[in-house]
Amino acid sequence: MNTGPGVGTFHAMKAVFTRDLKVAFRQRQDLLNPLLFFVIVVTLFPLGVSPEVSFLQEAGAGILWVAALLSVLLSLDHLFRHDFDDGTLEQLVLQPQPLFLLVLAKTLAHWVLTGLPLVLLTPVLGVMVHLNGNSIAVLCLTLLIGTPVLSLIGSIGAALTLGLRSAGVLLSLLIIPLYIPVLIFGTGSVAAATDGASVSAYLALMAAFLALAVTLAPFAAAAALKISLSNG
Amino acid sequence: MWKIFHKLGSPKWFFGIATRLMPWFLVLGVGLLMVGIVWGLAFAPRDYLQGNSYRIIFIHVPTAFLAQSAYIMMASAGLVTLVWRMKLADVFVRAVAPVGLVLTFLALFTGAVWGKPTWGTWWVWDARLTSMLILLFLYGGVIALDRAISDEKLAARAVAVLLLVGVVNIPIIKYSVDWWNTLHQTATFTLTQRPTMPAEMWVPLLLSVLGLYLLFGWLACLRMQTEILRREHRTRWVKEFVMAGRG
Amino acid sequence: MEFDSFSAFIAMGGHGPYVWACYGVFFVLLSAVMIWSVQSQKAVIEACRRVYETQGAESSGKVSHASATFKRVNVSND
Repeated sequence: MNTGPGVGTFHAMKAVFTRDLKVAFRQRQDLLNPLLFFVIVVTLFPLGVSPEVSFLQEAGAGILWVAALLSVLLSLDHLFRHDFDDGTLEQLVLQPQPLFLLVLAKTLAHWVLTGLPLVLLTPVLGVMVHLNGNSIAVLCLTLLIGTPVLSLIGSIGAALTLGLRSAGVLLSLLIIPLYIPVLIFGTGSVAAATDGASVSAYLALMAAFLALAVTLAPFAAAAALKISLSNG
Repeated sequence: MWKIFHKLGSPKWFFGIATRLMPWFLVLGVGLLMVGIVWGLAFAPRDYLQGNSYRIIFIHVPTAFLAQSAYIMMASAGLVTLVWRMKLADVFVRAVAPVGLVLTFLALFTGAVWGKPTWGTWWVWDARLTSMLILLFLYGGVIALDRAISDEKLAARAVAVLLLVGVVNIPIIKYSVDWWNTLHQTATFTLTQRPTMPAEMWVPLLLSVLGLYLLFGWLACLRMQTEILRREHRTRWVKEFVMAGRG
Repeated sequence: MEFDSFSAFIAMGGHGPYVWACYGVFFVLLSAVMIWSVQSQKAVIEACRRVYETQGAESSGKVSHASATFKRVNVSND
């Protein structure tokens, strides 16, 4: 990996980012799992509750958002775990480049592999739940802004629970309170769009969440990684 | 001035202080709480809208306030842990977390039961109750993470990171749940105190709140003492304390 | 006194079960936490005492002396 004392920070970040992408494409199940889960959850709702157009139109945005949230939650496990298991993570922590930037690069790669495909799949699923074109567009936009926030907040939880026994359950418990505001405003935007109201305020707020998450989450995740690694 | 910080870092010093403070906390706490509750239950006038069910307020509000304050205190202690590595801060968090959890549960329970005669259902997704539910998860997460990590110092630091992230989120959660609730609100009443509460109602409420805070102080001191004994059992002062039979 | 009689106090104008359930759970849980905390401290002190006493016993000379005794056994070389 192209990191080390002589390498500039941006190159180190790029190296981490591209490596994560390459590794993920070699183990494709990690890529497909969240997508499959997303489709399955969205499919189960009409089957389990009601296929009525009126119900799906009202609940559709919420169902898609919740499904996306759960898919990201499911995928957080492999953000750090593979590197933790084979020792790469310790190498990353030892690098001279600031850890929080390297963590940011890893989280970005995670989003490109998880959140971005979900956003691309949303129009198809949106049609299946009978959302109109405008709602689907707003939904895609809120997911586009919201899924990176989910990855960033999730990276903190993944770092805190690294190497612990009941990591999966613990991760969900830790992360869910932090996800709830994102969910509320994400779905609220779509509700406003369906009613024909302006969504610019909601999108601005979501963008504010993203700005906050990008600036603060990597620090917290880096601190948590250092703590978890001195434990393992 | 720095001498105070040095002392604050000493578990032995705190142990002594706690022993002296605890009787006051207990007596005053129980006293004020009892006065507030009895006054509220038997002597305060009935509410013209809600009848007598509003009397639950005298335990709902103190538990809710304290549940939120305790979390903020824990987050502040977490900051102290990360920045100054003070043992007492770790001890405080571990001692107080279960108490906070119980208080949050009580706030939720009393809130829900209050809702039944007021709105006709056991659970209502109103802003207050939903925020309290999220606070319950926050407490649960702290306790679960603390238990999952075996090394004490690392557990304290991991929990501190979690607390700080959570506390940054609390205003965000409050704001978003409030907003979400106004969007979906169907109930005509809310549990917010009307600003013009007669003195016969808010005085006993204040007394209950103060009483519960003092009682919380007693619990915190007691539980911190226990945690200190557990951590410092290899030191001579603990040995002398235990063998002197003053325990 | 807001209520005319004790039974009126208990009934709380029909809201009795709710009010008393709340206060009941409150007192039970609060007392439980208080008692549990007191018991915890006693248990920790007792555990410490036991550790100190076993340490004290070991260091006060009650060390078991390991000694080997040899008993001559006649083994016939026949």
